Amino acid sequence: MIYRETGQFRTSYAEDQAIFRLREDRIGIAAILAIAWVGVPLLADEYLLRAILIPFLILSLAAIGLNLLLGYCGQISLGTGAFMAVGAYSAYNLALRLPELPLLLDFFLAGLIAAGVGIVFGLPSFRIKGLYLAVATLALQFFADWAFLRVRWFTNYTPSGSVTAPVLDFFGWVVDTEREKYWLCLAFVCAIALLAKNLVRSRLGRSWMAIRDMDIAAEIIGIRPMHAKLSAFAVSSFVAGLAGVLWAFVHLGSWEPLAFSIDMSFRLLFMVIIGGMGSILGSFLGAAFITILPIFLNQAPAMIGIRLSTAMVSHLEFMIFGTLIVLFLIWEPHGLARLWQIGKEKMRLWPFPY
Amino acid sequence: MAELGPVLEVLLGGLMSGVLYSLVALGFVLIFKASGVFNFAQGAMVLFAALSLVRLSEWLPFPVAIALTIAIMIALAWAVERLVLRPLVGQHGLILFMATIGVTFFLDGFGQTIWGSNVYQLDLGISASPWFLLENLFPGGILVSPVDVFAAAVAGSLVLALSIFFHSTKIGRALRAVADDHQAAQSVGIPLNQIWLIVWSTAGVVALVAGMAWGSKLGVQFSLSFVALKALPVLILGGLTSIPGAILGGLIVGAGEKLAEFYIGPAIGGGIEYWFAYVLALAVLLVRPQGLFGEKIIERV
Amino acid sequence: MRLRFLTAMYAGAAALAVLAGSASAAETIYYPSLVYRSGPYAPNGIPFANGVADYVAMINARDGGVGGVKIEFEECETGYATDRGVECYERLKGKGAKGAIAFSPLSTGITFALTEKVAVDKIPLQTMGYGRSESADGRVFTWNFPLLGTYWSAADILIQHVNKIAGGLQGKKITLVYHDSPYGKEPIPVLQEHAQRYGYTFEAIPVTHPGVEQKAAWLKIRQTRPDFVFLWGWGVMNSTAIKEAVAVGYPRERMYGVWWAAAEPDVRPAGDDAKGYQGLALHPAGADYPVHKDILKYVYDAGKGAGKREEVGEVLYNRGMIDAMLKLEAVRNAQKIFNVKVPTGEQVREGYERLELTAQRIKELGFEGLITPIKVSCRDHEGSRKARIHQWDGKKWVFVSDWIEANNEYLRPKVEAAAMAYAKEKGITPRTCN
Repeated sequence: MIYRETGQFRTSYAEDQAIFRLREDRIGIAAILAIAWVGVPLLADEYLLRAILIPFLILSLAAIGLNLLLGYCGQISLGTGAFMAVGAYSAYNLALRLPELPLLLDFFLAGLIAAGVGIVFGLPSFRIKGLYLAVATLALQFFADWAFLRVRWFTNYTPSGSVTAPVLDFFGWVVDTEREKYWLCLAFVCAIALLAKNLVRSRLGRSWMAIRDMDIAAEIIGIRPMHAKLSAFAVSSFVAGLAGVLWAFVHLGSWEPLAFSIDMSFRLLFMVIIGGMGSILGSFLGAAFITILPIFLNQAPAMIGIRLSTAMVSHLEFMIFGTLIVLFLIWEPHGLARLWQIGKEKMRLWPFPY
Repeated sequence: MAELGPVLEVLLGGLMSGVLYSLVALGFVLIFKASGVFNFAQGAMVLFAALSLVRLSEWLPFPVAIALTIAIMIALAWAVERLVLRPLVGQHGLILFMATIGVTFFLDGFGQTIWGSNVYQLDLGISASPWFLLENLFPGGILVSPVDVFAAAVAGSLVLALSIFFHSTKIGRALRAVADDHQAAQSVGIPLNQIWLIVWSTAGVVALVAGMAWGSKLGVQFSLSFVALKALPVLILGGLTSIPGAILGGLIVGAGEKLAEFYIGPAIGGGIEYWFAYVLALAVLLVRPQGLFGEKIIERV
Repeated sequence: MRLRFLTAMYAGAAALAVLAGSASAAETIYYPSLVYRSGPYAPNGIPFANGVADYVAMINARDGGVGGVKIEFEECETGYATDRGVECYERLKGKGAKGAIAFSPLSTGITFALTEKVAVDKIPLQTMGYGRSESADGRVFTWNFPLLGTYWSAADILIQHVNKIAGGLQGKKITLVYHDSPYGKEPIPVLQEHAQRYGYTFEAIPVTHPGVEQKAAWLKIRQTRPDFVFLWGWGVMNSTAIKEAVAVGYPRERMYGVWWAAAEPDVRPAGDDAKGYQGLALHPAGADYPVHKDILKYVYDAGKGAGKREEVGEVLYNRGMIDAMLKLEAVRNAQKIFNVKVPTGEQVREGYERLELTAQRIKELGFEGLITPIKVSCRDHEGSRKARIHQWDGKKWVFVSDWIEANNEYLRPKVEAAAMAYAKEKGITPRTCN
């Protein structure tokens, strides 16, 4: 009823290849974008922006990065945090050592450096698969933790090892209020999401999916596995590196390697799996779920008037979080994105399901 | 000769830590072999078992506490099998892996809720003061910690017991059959659910032993669950399905990382044992993608 | 069904997020407490958090709050993680009638992340015995108050002590075993510079978070045989270090912990083997001071204690209590200066800056013997830099030295230089103090 495609004809190739082929989808996405760009900054207060929306946007970006690798190309990575760290520390050093470069270029170069590291650590994927590969990417995670902690050059020999981001000055636009930071993150997220969406529909994206579904078969039909896997690693780590820059420069301001530890990698993995592997929308849903759930669980008992001790609340948070993950996997192993799809199918027929 | 002393000492110390890694890796291998689940919760199980034991032994005699902890671990195995694995049967390995991460979170929270988050002392009655061997050969002797020796002895006997169990009992044969081929095993009448319960219980008991060894060394507290991350490279190095692989992998990782930390570490900033095991495992994987003792992966279209 | 469950949950979450932003209107002083009662650092986080909670509860029960205004107290779990700490800060900073009075993150990492944010939000950051060492310079770090001593002071005090014990450090060896984080790295510059002044050789061995892998570090110590080992650890790292020291036969009597590595959770897991281990003490342990009697009477007898009765008076418990007391004294001071009932964060900062606790005032507060007089000023946000050495006798901590004061003539120029470098990097114009 609401969601009906009858009467919408696609009469040209361009129309057939559009991202959102249904009018309802187009209206929906336009509304979401309008709310995100205009509505939210007008209505949201500082806490909502700073503590929830900005982290959500940045983590969505990182989740998109991981999803390209895991969901589309089928290569498990437990080292996303490390790629973010590479991005963050590269941008820090570029801004520090080459102050004449514009900050936007620093961000971009930092992403490229992360992509380079991604290619190097993607090389083993040619020989190792599945869980074995997961452990290989853990090697990167631990190595990066160590390198940014111990190789003093990366942190400009600060005695404490904690570094601080420079002023966010984009060609004269100084990003300092929460609202501007939000817009900055949103701009990056929109651009990358659009890029990712188009990428996965392209020749490259399709070759990734072929590799994911069965690499030997893909090789036989003429896809170069090395090329496909390494390009997935490169693109994924570029996006993750960019997310790392934003996390460090925009969200934290000053940070230490612990900010990109294995916990971060696991969180991103949860986001992708709960959100839905192989879905850009899923990355957003997963990021929202994992970002908001702990905060919600933390405050829910007080909301409904139960006073629990802080220790109890945080233990409960662990337990509920674990339980929800298991329940999710049992109910819907394909993640939130799949639920959304089911919902869409239902809406198509509603109110006459039969 | 004098220079050899420190080398031997570091090597020995490394091998002893390696045994402790093996203990944790063993639990992983057991479960992976029989059910194809990469059980990330093994570390949380170590913590949970150690916490249960140390808190129960506060008001119960020690043997009773051990028996009760074993019972708890079996109940836990049953719950995991029933509530998590059975509904997920036939899912992709990655999904099962994620589910065990969920179990890890649950256990971390649950363990702290019922047993508390403090650090508890687990006293097995072994003196922590070191022994010095071969003092006439090396100045200062070679230092050996009795706790480590005890842990190594326990690990050794555990491996022996498990080998006998796997090779000479009826259940052991059934387990091996399940490991080889689930469907074939089921078709000759081996009850899969029961076998899984047994395997998870065994892994629980192994976790208890690992928890006792680590707990007596470090005190029983939350960080015990991090030993899982130490066991992963061991596991990969040895091959996911091989018990001797887990033991040998542990020894190689333990000795390798301590020697590297001691002799290469200072030159490049120290603390390299943090990643050395992983890089070592990665290097081995590049040569042998299935690990040292893993079964060869054969792929067909 | 699944969809409905999710929708309901997120509707709840959204409503909550909006609610969280709006402040409660009652006339109370809002006291946020960042704690970690869960996770790897919980054994050390819990007693501190209990000390804070109990002291605030006692003040509410005994005096009806500060200056007759009730204190609204709320804890937020950080798990010692920086991003969680930042989220807690953002959520709690605006609560209460006039916003939060001050924050104590109890984590050097969170302190680093909040240092710039508090300057924007105008809320003081009290980091008693931790935080960035250069933040003792109030001209640059307007909002930071590293009261009672920074890590540079701690390092200086330790060196003074071992210098006295050993009768000169010329040709001695000192090894620092440190938690590889901003916290553990803080003392290194001072210890390195002192190495030249005093003529000892210095080596620093990092231990990776959380600190359960120390075998290689201690085997190295067994071979280099330093005369003293300083331990700059936190949480499980400390007890592991003591156990490893036992395992390599390094005498505990020659190990010195910083004040965060010299409490009951650090020595207890090692049992009898920890006997002889020493550490810095910002204040004594023990529950026989007047303030404890009030806490037991007003809080524990009423069944409202945050922890167990027998844990009152542990080292970290007392530290939490002192932390809360100093914060509330700053609030009281602000009430007096500005003649308001509920001061804003900006006014509390003024209260901190003019904080002076004389021996007389300390006695009135019931803290006699726990701390020495402290006087904060615009230039000096540390207020006092004294500590004693105490030793674990297997059951309790026993003092083995008198109060030692850090050598400020040496430290101050260093603090100022570092603060100025920070100011330059951040484009801050230092205030002038008169």
